[in-house]
Amino acid sequence: MTQKGSATRNWLVVPALLGALALGGCAGGQTTAVSTLPAPASVVQPGPPGEGGRALPEGERGTVRLLHTEADVRFMQHMIVHHLQAIEMSRLVPGRTERPEIHRIAERIDRSQDDEIRLMSRWLLDRGAELPDTAGPAHALAVAHGTHDAHAAHGGHHDHGAAPMPGMLTGEQMRELEAARGDAFDRLFLRFMVLHHEGAIEMVEELFASPGAAQDTDIFRFASHVDADQRMEIARMLNLLRTIPPGGG
Amino acid sequence: MNHLRRLEGHDRGSSTPRRGLASVALVLGTFLLVPSLLNGQQNPVFTPDNDPRVGLGAGWMDAEEASWNMRLLAHLPRPDGFYNPETPGDSRFSNTDLAFQGDLVFVGNYHGFNIYDVSDPRNPRLRTSVVCPGGQGDLSVYGNLLFMSAQEVRGRIDCGTQGVDEAVSPDRFRGVRIFDISDLDDPRQVAAVQTCRGSHTHTIVEDLNDPSTLYVYNSGTSASRSGEELSGCVDVQDPDDPTTAYWSIDVIRVPLDAPERAERISSPRVFADGSTGRIAGLWQGGDHGEGTQTTRGTDRCHDITAYPELGIAGGACSGNGILFDISNPAVPVRLDEVVDPNFAYWHSATFNNDGTTVIFTDEWGGGSQPRCLASDLPEWGANALFQIVGGRMYLAGYYKLPAPQTATENCVAHNGSLVPVPGRDIKVQAWYQGGVSVFDFTDPSNPFEIAFFDRGPLSDDDLFTGGYWSTYWYNGYIYGSEISRGLDVLELTANEFLTENELEAARLVRFEEFNPQHQPRMFWPPEFVIARAFFDQLVRHDGLPAARAGEVAAELDRIDAMGEGDVKRGALLDFASELWGDASRIERGELAGDAERVRRVAGALIDVAAAMR
Repeated sequence: MTQKGSATRNWLVVPALLGALALGGCAGGQTTAVSTLPAPASVVQPGPPGEGGRALPEGERGTVRLLHTEADVRFMQHMIVHHLQAIEMSRLVPGRTERPEIHRIAERIDRSQDDEIRLMSRWLLDRGAELPDTAGPAHALAVAHGTHDAHAAHGGHHDHGAAPMPGMLTGEQMRELEAARGDAFDRLFLRFMVLHHEGAIEMVEELFASPGAAQDTDIFRFASHVDADQRMEIARMLNLLRTIPPGGG
Repeated sequence: MNHLRRLEGHDRGSSTPRRGLASVALVLGTFLLVPSLLNGQQNPVFTPDNDPRVGLGAGWMDAEEASWNMRLLAHLPRPDGFYNPETPGDSRFSNTDLAFQGDLVFVGNYHGFNIYDVSDPRNPRLRTSVVCPGGQGDLSVYGNLLFMSAQEVRGRIDCGTQGVDEAVSPDRFRGVRIFDISDLDDPRQVAAVQTCRGSHTHTIVEDLNDPSTLYVYNSGTSASRSGEELSGCVDVQDPDDPTTAYWSIDVIRVPLDAPERAERISSPRVFADGSTGRIAGLWQGGDHGEGTQTTRGTDRCHDITAYPELGIAGGACSGNGILFDISNPAVPVRLDEVVDPNFAYWHSATFNNDGTTVIFTDEWGGGSQPRCLASDLPEWGANALFQIVGGRMYLAGYYKLPAPQTATENCVAHNGSLVPVPGRDIKVQAWYQGGVSVFDFTDPSNPFEIAFFDRGPLSDDDLFTGGYWSTYWYNGYIYGSEISRGLDVLELTANEFLTENELEAARLVRFEEFNPQHQPRMFWPPEFVIARAFFDQLVRHDGLPAARAGEVAAELDRIDAMGEGDVKRGALLDFASELWGDASRIERGELAGDAERVRRVAGALIDVAAAMR
């Protein structure tokens, strides 16, 4: 009843005609490189509603713009650093609080953002782009990777005119969190993490507002997930924050 | 099944006790179920130790294969222009959902769609490739109209491949495209209905009272665009803002004689709290306590399966499974909703033919993650099966692909459809790189696998998003949309869990058109093989003592061999009444067996006789 073995059906081995598969990466400006995929036997491209389409001529069939820009690459590089700090924050939880809800939120952030860092790294490598420097604490990296124009309103200017990514904790804030215990830790953790998540959402908004950005299927999907996930977590954390008694403890 | 529709009247406005009941059932169900799931084995033959799906060799087009009780008949890779020969993982060319009409199979793709001629299912032929990118390209077909979901910000009204550079642009298209396919060689776009959140999936819904109008329920799952680009879109995710583009579905009306006038007529607040009216009235997002899954909040449906003939729809809506009354398809009304502490993301719904069971899938990990590892809980990333009683849903059980997959195989419950075996509920389902699994859920608390087909991973080293997006039964065959490998045609083969008579009976159910999210009622024509299929099921369940079963088998053979005519008709009716007598004796305790199964055989014989008049 069981069959197991190698597939033997003949599938057409299509020659790779992708010599022109240019990689956008950090080349600067908008990437408009075009790859030409092998042509199908018969391809139609419809027009807008009410208008006729056209049979695509041989040379245009399967022509696809490589849909990613410098803004996409920067978004992914920055989000890796941003995520790293969320993980750093989450790993402060054991030993500093007994509240199980905080542990669960931290575990989820740790796990999901770790998965996402892998996804982002893969995306960058697939496109020949550089991975961000991830040695050292995230708040320092944020400054090192900060853009020169976008986020001045959020963090003020630093040595090289760079500003940290939105929502990133400063070194001082990280130390404050590290030093806190019990309810005080919980309140601080939630407040900081909400701000941190709001920063990520802002990064997504900036991505979608950048000309030519988020045209790539993978980055569109990823950015949409980050947006939805982090909004959900924010709502959850704000609800939890309301249940923690105020006070100095 | 009209009782479900009738109940809707006194269900309205009493959401609190209703929710209370459902959650009590949910809790009970969970406690009752866990032991049976952990003890039970969902494949009756294989365990992970001897399952042939475990350890298959990797490859894009040359992976090892394993099959059980089914076989691959044909395979066509994605056509030229619809894949990137450098990698199986280029998601701009992923194959997606399927729709069927006559001898045609429509295969969605992030790059457009392809039309295949399957008049010879063993030799499918590409008919037309249509370039129109935008993802995810889910399709429905209705007469000469083809509907297609476009979600991404690169989608263009003119089907162009160049994307849209401007953050706000009149050229961008996110929503439901409508093509006229009367000329298969030249599909034309007749309408393009823009929506705020684009279209991730859509569901066509017939109006049984108005054949001139078709409705489309649109499920947009991504971020809303701004009102600057599409008037009326409020891209603020605030449940206290009554104008927000979130927490709704879209209802599109299509005048069939003038499809170019298709338009969004409403975005109903189907998640609203019945008593307070708060639009974010359902699951808020988060986990359900220690050790439970984190479930996305309900601000959208991911997919809706309509069953117009029963007036119901199953909404898989992110954080909830929802039962809708759609007897007025323009105004879907929520009948009931459920949560599940094992679910991460309510993804899709399938009813059984009677509308007494609904299967919801959980797309834990979004479809791109390996969620069928040996270490993953069997209730996570699985199907949850609910019984529908009086317009309410009660958890009965879970089904998950029983074969553990590797860390380079994205795997989770995905799209499938019913296999029309009379007397049983059977589903064929895609599990991404977990392959295709066919399972019996006649008893929703005890689903078990009866057939499978699986290939090894695309790669041993890389986790590419691949495998089966959808596998659906259509007119005797199973069609599989493989994300990176192409179109597959499979068939079930007779075995101890599914006889040739049952398969032949299933093949009798023919549709002129099939859209899996628009579930049609299946009817079986009065053929002798239906009685044989019921008899095989009776024997499988010891529905008569062996000696009597032998007599019945012989008599069925004798009657089947008779020439058509009054003599045969008389024999059918005589034997049917004899069996009816058996059933009565069983009920009186004079004979061992299963009265209902005996009556099914008798009923099928009467149907054949009646059709001979």
